[in-house]
Amino acid sequence: MAFLEIKGFQKSFGDINVLKGVDVSLEKGEVLSVIGSSGSGKTTLLRCINFLEAVDNGVMVLDGETLISSEGGKKENERAIRKKMLNFGLVFQSFNLFPQYTVIKNITLAPTLLLKENIKAFEKELKGDKTLTSRERRIRVSEFKANQRGKIEENAIELLRAVGLEDKAEAYPCQLSGGQCQRVAIARALALNPKVLCFDEPTSALDPELTGEVLKVIRSLKGKDRTMIIVTHEMEFARNVSDKIIFMADGVVEAQGTPDEIFSQVSSERLTHFLSNISGREGV
Amino acid sequence: MSEFEAIMRSLITGFGNTCLLFILTLVMAIPLGLLITFGSMAKFRPIKYLTKGFVWIIRGTPLMLQILLVSFLPKYVFGSTVKIWANALGFSVSQMSFVFVIIAFVINYACYFSEIYRSGIESIPKGQYEAGKVLGMTKRQIFSKVVLFQVLKRIVPPMSNETITLVKDTVLAFTLSVVDLLTAAKDAVNVYVTLSPLVYAGIFFLVFNGALTLLFGYIEKKMSFYKE
Repeated sequence: MAFLEIKGFQKSFGDINVLKGVDVSLEKGEVLSVIGSSGSGKTTLLRCINFLEAVDNGVMVLDGETLISSEGGKKENERAIRKKMLNFGLVFQSFNLFPQYTVIKNITLAPTLLLKENIKAFEKELKGDKTLTSRERRIRVSEFKANQRGKIEENAIELLRAVGLEDKAEAYPCQLSGGQCQRVAIARALALNPKVLCFDEPTSALDPELTGEVLKVIRSLKGKDRTMIIVTHEMEFARNVSDKIIFMADGVVEAQGTPDEIFSQVSSERLTHFLSNISGREGV
Repeated sequence: MSEFEAIMRSLITGFGNTCLLFILTLVMAIPLGLLITFGSMAKFRPIKYLTKGFVWIIRGTPLMLQILLVSFLPKYVFGSTVKIWANALGFSVSQMSFVFVIIAFVINYACYFSEIYRSGIESIPKGQYEAGKVLGMTKRQIFSKVVLFQVLKRIVPPMSNETITLVKDTVLAFTLSVVDLLTAAKDAVNVYVTLSPLVYAGIFFLVFNGALTLLFGYIEKKMSFYKE
């Protein structure tokens, strides 16, 4: 079984069937690009994978763990879903940075909040140890806290360096360009070290001259065992960076394969049509 | 004691009541408004529509009418007189009137505040909630760590507006013979046969609202370290 296995994803909003049974399988460390025209269900697929939408039907298995089973996946409590969501990271089209926090706080906020839960668990664990006095216990907890806080901070700075923004740590999002914002958003998603990192049209909200810096960062993440799913309209990029591409149309996977198979040995009429439209536009 | 001094004394007494009414209303209506907001945004339909209906009634009728109705509650709903209530609570009858006025003001302003809060909460882009969610935050964390500050920043201007209106609305306390700033001025007009107390009262209001305007301007400036 593949690292990420999705079978028969179905989703409808009212009368509109957006996903009509989508299958995806992906190996660890692979990069998958999802292409297709607007309204084909690409973004919905990504949102279902990230638990932002509940699928009506379908199965998802990640790393041997069944995250969505076709029966009654919706009735789970918030806590269980939250835990499952953490397997995935998502970079949004419109960044969605938290405007009131500095860049570094944007990155450290979620890990710090998760740390609070871990501290509680750690305290509980220590309580089981009867050999410790309450004072020793308190010291251990505060050491643990300081240690973990430091790690989160260090990791955030490391990530900022990776996206080339270490000098912007104390800036607010409103002081950054769109491309810089998106790079911060990527660092923020990476801070929780998700098993699969997803991108929802990461460059669609950017000025053309800013897309390059974001794509470069995404490309630099390839390898390092980083599994990624990228919904994109950047065909050249998809071709270069992907191990696998799926072309979606009308809520189904119309064609899939290696970049070569998709772009050079076109097998589907709709794909031919889509690609010729795109290249026509790029030629203008 | 000169006439001016005497007028000022009675105005200041009235102003004391105005300030007390203003502060007590704010302190109680601000949290109560939040409760009403949660009610009107509740997923459970009966609560939602009940709350919305209540807000409609309060916003749709004059505050003066509400003050009168509150003062009649002991008699017509509970079948006892104001005096019995006042005695039971250890108030004088005039203090009891003040309590009625405050109850009406708090309910009225809480409803207006709740609509301001709601507009603030609903104006936050969905993406902020979704970003919090995919980062593993709980609903409560998303509200307190991500959304709340942004809401506060957005509601400062309308809250400042409503607060300034409240200062001027306090004159409605005269409905139950509570001596507020304007009532004190009117009394002074009758006693000293001069219109100057009205002018002085106007100046009191202007200065008070001027100070509030400066305060809200300061808060807005403090919160504008980022732009959306």
